[in-house]
Amino acid sequence: MDFNDTPEEAAFRAEVRAWLAENAAEYAGADFEPWPEDELPARARAWLRRRAEGGYATISWPKEQGGRGGTRMHEMIYAEEEEKYHVPYGGGAIGRGVNMALPAIRKHGSAEQYERFAGPTLCGELLWCQLFSEPGAGSDLAGLRTRAVKDGDRWIVNGQKVWSSGAHYADWGILMARTDPKVPKHRGISFFLLDMRTPGIDVRPIRQINGNSEFNEVFLTDVAIPDDCRVGALGEGWQVAMTVLMNERAGAGDSSDSFVRKLIERARRSPRDNGTALDNDALRNRLAHWYAEEQGLKYFGYRLMTSLSRGEPPPASAAMVKLVSATKLQQTNAQAMDIDDFAGLFISPERPDQEAIFQDYLWSAVMRIAGGADEILRNQLAERMLGLPGEIRVDKDIPFDQLVG
Amino acid sequence: MNFDLSDEQKMLKAQAARLLGARSTPNHLRALVDGGAEWDADLWREVAQMGLLGAAIPEAHGGLGLGETELCVIAEEMGRVTAAIPFFSSICLAAEAIRLAGTEAQKTRWLPKLACGETIGTFAWTEGPGPASTRRLGASLADGRLSGLKWPVPDAGVAQICVVAAQTAGRPALALVELDQPGVARARLEGFDQVRPHHRLDFGAAVAEPMGEGDASAFLERLYDRAATYAAWEQIGGAEACLEAAKAYTLERRTFGRQVASYQAVKHNLANLLVLIELARSNAYFAAWALESDPAQAPLAAATARLSATRAYEQGARENLQLHGGIGFTWAADCHFHYRRARLLALALGGEEVWSERLVTRLETAA
Repeated sequence: MDFNDTPEEAAFRAEVRAWLAENAAEYAGADFEPWPEDELPARARAWLRRRAEGGYATISWPKEQGGRGGTRMHEMIYAEEEEKYHVPYGGGAIGRGVNMALPAIRKHGSAEQYERFAGPTLCGELLWCQLFSEPGAGSDLAGLRTRAVKDGDRWIVNGQKVWSSGAHYADWGILMARTDPKVPKHRGISFFLLDMRTPGIDVRPIRQINGNSEFNEVFLTDVAIPDDCRVGALGEGWQVAMTVLMNERAGAGDSSDSFVRKLIERARRSPRDNGTALDNDALRNRLAHWYAEEQGLKYFGYRLMTSLSRGEPPPASAAMVKLVSATKLQQTNAQAMDIDDFAGLFISPERPDQEAIFQDYLWSAVMRIAGGADEILRNQLAERMLGLPGEIRVDKDIPFDQLVG
Repeated sequence: MNFDLSDEQKMLKAQAARLLGARSTPNHLRALVDGGAEWDADLWREVAQMGLLGAAIPEAHGGLGLGETELCVIAEEMGRVTAAIPFFSSICLAAEAIRLAGTEAQKTRWLPKLACGETIGTFAWTEGPGPASTRRLGASLADGRLSGLKWPVPDAGVAQICVVAAQTAGRPALALVELDQPGVARARLEGFDQVRPHHRLDFGAAVAEPMGEGDASAFLERLYDRAATYAAWEQIGGAEACLEAAKAYTLERRTFGRQVASYQAVKHNLANLLVLIELARSNAYFAAWALESDPAQAPLAAATARLSATRAYEQGARENLQLHGGIGFTWAADCHFHYRRARLLALALGGEEVWSERLVTRLETAA
């Protein structure tokens, strides 16, 4: 066992470090505060362009497709190094094009489509949003109702999408819509590329519980999409979407700093009648268990990296990273408030990080839902890792238009 | 990044698993318990012949001179089958203590015999209720004589030597004692885990050799950190066996016209167990790595591995029995071996109370 790069990986890392040192600082923010919404898209476009020029846009793809001909391990190394700079990347719609839209087009689309979208997407000219979930189709995504009806060589789309982050500044969207309601739900969906400037699109920000509006509702009224913007065969949109969602879930470990150490510091500074909050054995016991979870996730991430380094696909067990970390985020941030008792619910000069505690506690609630809810992830672990039977799906073979409710 | 066992370590693990899986079957364990046996002497001989006992003992002292990780993978396979042999007592405690704190003469005399299984060793620290402590040591060592009461002591019925934590003039010290002598009385305790016997040792001015020099406190802590790492691997082996057993049974058993494993309550239960095991295994890898490569990180890593492994094994043992339904409560089903062993491994070396406190104390001093 060792934590070292192979000589080849080390050489790549050195190359990446040198390139980032030369290029990233100019695009990076001074601190790790979130980027202001109105500045983010323009800054992201500029950074994506520089990154593409440097040859780091899609490291593991073949050179003739705009990639670098590298490995997934190279991508991981690049991501680790890039993370050290606060570049305007990740989150919202910024990574959607490179990480989701293009992989779908590359795998399921036509050569013309790839030719048309690859260059502009890789260099940040096009930012993408995802138009998948609906008010009535979340975990059961295949129950979506947005309808696309053929009209000559185009499709007319009507429906409502939700949780589309960055839809208010995205140029294009990847859209799932029902093209055939006469067949069972998974088989009647097609996958489209939608120009967000098309008439009939109404993007409305969602007012979230944390006071922000990262997510949007998108209303589609008689929106026309040319048939050459359909990806994959008619009715095979589900398979295309799975490619995309696997990418979304392939994220590796949790390498953040130990939050338990911060809790220890906080407890040490919260008074009790005879000493501090840190003297409480019940708290110490919980801290110990969270620390074990934290470290377990960190070293589990190292094990995932090891399989990547060997060129193996990410194991299905990777789903447990979000499952464990989201709940831990919720519990530990609640604990951070508990430590100060009543005062823990208020902003004060004694606790400069209190706002972050509130925000993380609120955010943890959506972390347990987005990108695979806890319950869905447990099903996946049970089915894919342990080989247990799939869920009973009573609507699996029934034509969509005969489903009730 | 190569955070995995080496091919050689995987081969060793597979080799150990084959032997133990074939010999230490649940039916065999049932027969041993029903016959009142102290241990599985035949398996001990085979394990010794395979070289598993001497894996981490230096070649100069009759072992194979492999690393701590090799000991870890063997411990995992022992845990998987709840083997009825004093591997942990003799190798992970006694041999480790002698290797790390013994005099040259003690090492030369005992390590080769421990490595080939001819001699069995054990380790005695606790003296009744309450966790092991260097501040409450009643047993005393003076002028080469040891007196006092130690219990519980694992495998002391079959052991010939015992490393004993005692005090000399009020300071913690270690003694090496041969058990076959008039000054030692052994009595088997009625223990919760029927497969691994524990004893009460009554030392009455028994002949004893001092081990190590000066205050033994730091050494005892170090020894327990090492042992906790080995125990974590043993616990993970047990936890994984529970997961496998629960999976196999719920896939086979049908209720209300469906496989039991098809119910979401069951699937989520097993998914949660899988997560606990994967986290524990990741921590156990790091603890093994730290023992070999970065001793400064070993104490915190050991406490971390220990806590997550205890949690995984306890949950595995309980949920495995639960998912077997009523059959799980029968002697004929195999769940009880892990149900009892998980409790033993959770408390031997100190329970959750002890290790979570050690973990946080170490974090506090490190922060």
